[in-house]
This record gives sequence, C-alpha cells and structure tokens, in this order.
Amino acid sequence: MPELDAVDQQIIDKLQGDFPLCERPYAAAAERLGIGEDELLARLQRLLDARVLTRFGPMVQIERMGGAFVLAALAAPEARYDEVTALVNALPQVAHNYRREHALNMWFVLATETPQGIAEAISRIERDTGLPVFAFPKEKEYFVEMKLAARI
Amino acid sequence: MSNPLKLDDIDRALIVATQGGLPFVARPYQVIGEQVGIAGDEVMRRLQALLESGIIRRIGAVPNHYAIGWTANGMTVWDVADERIDELGARVGALEFVTHCYRRPRALPDWPYNLFAMVHGASRMEVTEKAAEIAALLGSNSRASEVLFSTRILKKTGLRI
Repeated sequence: MPELDAVDQQIIDKLQGDFPLCERPYAAAAERLGIGEDELLARLQRLLDARVLTRFGPMVQIERMGGAFVLAALAAPEARYDEVTALVNALPQVAHNYRREHALNMWFVLATETPQGIAEAISRIERDTGLPVFAFPKEKEYFVEMKLAARI
Repeated sequence: MSNPLKLDDIDRALIVATQGGLPFVARPYQVIGEQVGIAGDEVMRRLQALLESGIIRRIGAVPNHYAIGWTANGMTVWDVADERIDELGARVGALEFVTHCYRRPRALPDWPYNLFAMVHGASRMEVTEKAAEIAALLGSNSRASEVLFSTRILKKTGLRI
C-alpha cells in the first residue's frame, strides 16, 4: 500500500466532492486544507501516479442523460481468466470490472449513452468470449454514497 | 426516476473533455474551455448546471479504495420476498457501512438474489461482521444469501462516452 501522510489523507477525505467552481479551484481547495496551490497540484499528481486516486474530476450519472448503467457478470474458466479479462476490458463501455470469489467470478459495469447500447455490449462480450453474460440492471436504488475516508 | 435531461453539444463536449479527469493546472476550467471553444466562466456555469441537474453527481477525487485502506470489499446478496423488499432494502441502505444498495432481478435458477448491498472494510472479518448485521436486520425475510469478496480490480476507468 502506498505511503500516505496526514495531508494526503486530508486531500482524499475532503476532496471527494464539492471541488470549487472558480477561476483557481486548486488554490481555493488548497487554502481549505491549509497548504499551497502548488503543493496540492503536486500531491494530486503523485496520488494519481501511485494509483491511490483513479481519477480526479466530475462523476457523471449517465442515466440522467438518457443512458444506461448496468451491472453484469460472467463465469470465466480459470485457465482463460486473463484472456477473458482482456476481451471484456477492451470495450470502452466497461466502466469498471472486478474479480470476485464466486462461480460468477467477473463482475463489471456497463455504461452506455443509450439503453440499447447495453444489449449491444453484452452481445459483443458473449461473441468475443463465447461465455454467457448475466445482466443485473438495477430495478430500484435504495442508497448510493461511495465516499470512503482514508483509513491508514 | 425523472426524465432524462437533454444535453446540448457543448455540454456533451464538456463531459468528454473532463471524463478522464481535470487537468492539474492553476486554471483548469480555462484550459477545458479552450479545448471546447468556450470561456472558462461558461465552463463553470455549465458544470454548475450539470451538478444541479444530477448529470454530474460530484466533482472531486475518486480514490482506489484498496489503496486507502479499504482492502476488503464484499458484495452481499440476499433473496428477499418481493413484497417486503422495498421496505427492507431502504433499511439495509440506511446502515452506515453500506455504500450501495439496489434491487436487481434474479437470474433463476442459478441466481436467486434480488437485494445487493455493497460493504467495505479493512478486513474480511470486518465485512463478514457487517454482513451479519444485515442478516440480523433481514431475519427470516432473507431466504438465502452470499458474500462475494472482490480479489482484484480488473478495470476502473469510470464512464467514457
């Protein structure tokens, strides 16, 4: 696990939302954290390079613009796991993908600009991998709040 | 769900320009504006409108939760009677350690589960204990359940339009 100091932790905890919309937003955010603009920029770049952050920017809800976001899974044979991973990840519609311990051992999220894009992506994955894909579209959202504090 | 909102070409170009991340420069909105062909002030106005409409959920850091100490992540799944699921799903979603909670279709016969609740922890034991709290809340309303631990992030680029 990368070494994170107290300032890194503050950056991770305080900057998961509400990034300022002003001319110099990093300077404004840095001031709230008690550091300088240059230091914040350097630390963000380092956190991104170390893959502590996967991204820094807007998180788009594609459903609000008429698109679709669907959880899907497949059972990849162990001997083909890396090959199947590469085939699935090659699709830009795959926003994230996780290996999980289950007969259904690959779980990924498809995000497309149109609802029919989901079916197209699923057929493409089924064709490329030769494996059936199970789709689990959400029927109801009870709660979503993915803001985890750094616990180092 | 409310009706989807119509984006104009500039909004769409703004999303495309920022979906990989904001540039780490002193005036990022101005830089994005130059790419899209609008002023930095208009970039800010449009991002604010996209936030208010919910098209942008938030702007900020997206951590790799493994790297910040949340090394165990369990997708807990439950088979809950259809007539009780909305009430119980809302209560499971309200637990402080549940980060996502959804009703999803079953895929019978292999997959009897219709309630999905994501639980994060610093260890598998912590996730297992939290899953036990969900089990206690659901009681006999859950006919079967599993915890699917994730062992590797295979991809996490986020959305790309």
